[in-house]
Amino acid sequence: MEPRKPILPPRWATRLLSWYCKPELLEDLEGDLLEYFQRNLSTKGTLRAKSIYILDAIKFFRLYTIRKPELLHLLINWIMLGSYIKTSGRNIVRNKLFSAINIVGLAVSMSVGLILISVISDTLSYDRFNVHHSNIYRIVSRYEYLGNKDDDYMATTSPKVARMVKEEFSAPKEVAVFHRGYDGDFKIDDRTIPLKGMWANEAVLRVFTIDMIKGNPEKALSDPFSVVLTDESEKKLFGLEESLGKVIYLHDKSYTVTGVVRKMPQFSHIKFDVLGSFSTRPILEKNRDEESWDNVWSTWVYLLLPDGTDLDALKARLDELSQREDPTVKNTHIELKLQALDNIMTGENLGNEIGPVLGSSILWIFSSLAFVVILSACFNYTNLSIARSLKRTREVGVRKVIGAMKAHVIGQFVVEAVVISLCSFAVSLLLFILLKPFLISTGPNLDKLLTMELSPLLIAYFIVFAVSIGAVAGFFPALFFSKVNVAHVLKNMQTVRVFRKLTVRKMLIVIQYCISIIMVTSTMIMYQQYRHYVSFDLGFQTDNVLNITLNGNKPEILRKEFSEVPEVTSIAQSSMVTSVGNYWGTNMKYHGNPLDSAGVYFNMIDENYIPFFRIQLLAGRNFLNRSDSAKETEVIVNEQVLKRFNIAGGDPLKAIDDMVILDGKEMKIIGVMKDFQYGRANDRNQQKEVALRFAPKSAEIMSLKITTSDVFATYSKLESIWKKIDTVHPFEAKFYSEQIEKGFSGLIAAVKVVGFLAFLTISIASMGMLGMVVFTTETRLKEISIRKVMGATEGNLLYLLSKSFIILLAIAAGISLPLTAIFFQQIAFPELANHAPLGFGDLFWGVFAILLLALLMIGSQTFKVARTNPADVLKSE
Amino acid sequence: MKGTNLGEFEELVLLTIAAMVEDAYSVAICDDLEKRTGRSVKLGVVHAVLNRLEEKGLAKSKLGESTHTRGGKRKRYYTITNAGKAALLKAKELRDQYWSMITPLSLKRI
Repeated sequence: MEPRKPILPPRWATRLLSWYCKPELLEDLEGDLLEYFQRNLSTKGTLRAKSIYILDAIKFFRLYTIRKPELLHLLINWIMLGSYIKTSGRNIVRNKLFSAINIVGLAVSMSVGLILISVISDTLSYDRFNVHHSNIYRIVSRYEYLGNKDDDYMATTSPKVARMVKEEFSAPKEVAVFHRGYDGDFKIDDRTIPLKGMWANEAVLRVFTIDMIKGNPEKALSDPFSVVLTDESEKKLFGLEESLGKVIYLHDKSYTVTGVVRKMPQFSHIKFDVLGSFSTRPILEKNRDEESWDNVWSTWVYLLLPDGTDLDALKARLDELSQREDPTVKNTHIELKLQALDNIMTGENLGNEIGPVLGSSILWIFSSLAFVVILSACFNYTNLSIARSLKRTREVGVRKVIGAMKAHVIGQFVVEAVVISLCSFAVSLLLFILLKPFLISTGPNLDKLLTMELSPLLIAYFIVFAVSIGAVAGFFPALFFSKVNVAHVLKNMQTVRVFRKLTVRKMLIVIQYCISIIMVTSTMIMYQQYRHYVSFDLGFQTDNVLNITLNGNKPEILRKEFSEVPEVTSIAQSSMVTSVGNYWGTNMKYHGNPLDSAGVYFNMIDENYIPFFRIQLLAGRNFLNRSDSAKETEVIVNEQVLKRFNIAGGDPLKAIDDMVILDGKEMKIIGVMKDFQYGRANDRNQQKEVALRFAPKSAEIMSLKITTSDVFATYSKLESIWKKIDTVHPFEAKFYSEQIEKGFSGLIAAVKVVGFLAFLTISIASMGMLGMVVFTTETRLKEISIRKVMGATEGNLLYLLSKSFIILLAIAAGISLPLTAIFFQQIAFPELANHAPLGFGDLFWGVFAILLLALLMIGSQTFKVARTNPADVLKSE
Repeated sequence: MKGTNLGEFEELVLLTIAAMVEDAYSVAICDDLEKRTGRSVKLGVVHAVLNRLEEKGLAKSKLGESTHTRGGKRKRYYTITNAGKAALLKAKELRDQYWSMITPLSLKRI
């Protein structure tokens, strides 16, 4: 029988052991492990023997086996640290171009990292001011109708849940309830002050850490018609007067001030100016059943749980509750779930949030993009350091001869990278401060959400981040240098083969350019989509339309005043602005099928609305001008309504004068209009049933058509008219096109952020490319001169020098373009309704621009070298 | 230091060292203990105890000759010191004292 190769235990485990173990214990331990291993090999098989060996090697890690750090080594490292820093400084100064590229590249990417860190630290500090923050949970719900699940949970739930949990559940200590909509114009004496707030029950003041300045926290919110003010709104309403016990008015109801609290801190996801007592609701809304099980849209419920509550058991009880209550509403299931307070800012994105929330998806996207940018800058460092290795290998060789060990060389190069990254950190901190306002202004709510204040802790995070970036960037060059073969380097000064790592470096360049191209093309595609949505044909005219929010003013007076302005050509009134993401819905029934009731969207308009917006009527007529105090009897519907209810076989002409029941009222169809875009242009459900109702009195929006060459003058003219009539509210007027754009502000914010990062990656990649080109051309200077002497033309040389780079760029384009196209076609576009088709022309222009930039750099450098006088180079030889 | 009091497992290990005389090294001790006590004895635990005994001055160790069986690694042989012997005797004496107080009759009643 042939002697078989002996099976050995895993080497890395042995190495691990010898790394941490005291040398005097090591030999014995190693021997023991080996003996066990060989024994296990025959009894338990190779695999188990190996795993036992590994486990034992790790298990030997005990206090008494650990090698104590040796003082001498520490001392050497400490002494050498000074030397390393000195040589790093010299190296930075010696290679000004490379150092500049590295420092700027790292600084730019690091500033993105700093922004990310500060955003994350801001979001993580949300709601932590609450003493019980880790014990507070919110009940969130998912609405399910006829088995159609909503995609996301909503932050709100039914008020019934709050009551049931409070009455029946033993676990929660407190149940805090907020209810939407305690806001409007508060009146005191003759002053009117608009404030925003919520209804809240008395537990709110106990669950959350709210600082009560005046009043009794136990009682302040228990009686109906009580109101608790923040110190800020107290000042607005009362000035310096005493407020406690005074009465203020909202919607003609009187409320007694029972308490004053300090304004909620910046990092609270709940913010308000006033809180009205929740016990007022049943008295105000006698006629409505607010506590119905499917009324899950307006109430937020927070539970304060005792320590160590079994959350699974609680969830099971919630499931029981919804199983019991579901039958009270037909075809509906409400799924309830608990969400920890600490997860609200960083967790999943819910609908109906109580205030603006960042959500995890934005954080994830931004983190990964920042990671990519930072990675790209690290690549630059790695690439350039290895490229320069020709000059540094000798230094390393000498160091090694003198007695430096591998670890010392690694240490040196890592320290060098850290020094560079700390330099970049100084630059990036400056960039961070400059970029902060830009970032905060990109998103619609970011200014309310984030402060990004520099604190000592944050600076500490930054420094740790900078040092680790340096360590990461310097690690591969350090490894590379530590492996330098001394004899080889010193014996043969000229012919060091440093280009063995060429493939790695080429790969890094290709990856960098891939990333750049992907980012640029993505930005362009997203911008295309934005343009497409903003200029989408909505089915009605929105040009030069100024929408004014009436804020409770009587439309008649304003209308009269505005119509006297010559620039205003026509005026229409409505209850809402369509196509910008507002949805008003109600129920409709048709006598053809009395059991079939379905939701329709509606807008309440006056008789000018349809001609004003040029909505196309297919049949019938517009509303007639009449007082709307009379009963509502007429309605104009769109084609989709006819289809949905199968009215007159979908024939608009025949549908006229047919009757429908809308919102419980019998109404005659007097007109049928062509479908127009009621929702936003990217609304998934295009075919919406829309009804227009006549109610000029309940107008909330006044639309003016304006023909003027000087928009600002007209605007200020209108504003001064507004100020004459309404002294309380500001003039809220927006052009329709602006509002549509605002509806897509998320998209444009994404375009801005990704575009900015794309710009950074391109700059970083270009700088890296520049460094590489400079290096290659410099090292080939002699070769080029000889070629020139032998008769090569400048064109030949240009081709020779830039060929390899151009191939790399072509590969990058070849990889990244299909990737981007596939990503958008397969993943992103199916999520986007109504998207514009992928414009390949624009993509190629984007790639072309990047390639042109790169070619410009390659060309300028190679051209410079190709033009040098060969005599100058060669004479020194 | 916790003093020279012996824990139960420490005592067993020390006894094994004393019993095995010349051959007491970690793996052998481990095997012997496993065989006699019938419970699974972990090598790491034995090592820790041996280390502790040596620290307390109850046992001393020296490296043996290198052999083929352990990949050329030498074994560390343990021998008992005078202090160790005293500790063992003290423990035995203590036990004997108790045993002398227990009459066969008193055990039977259980």
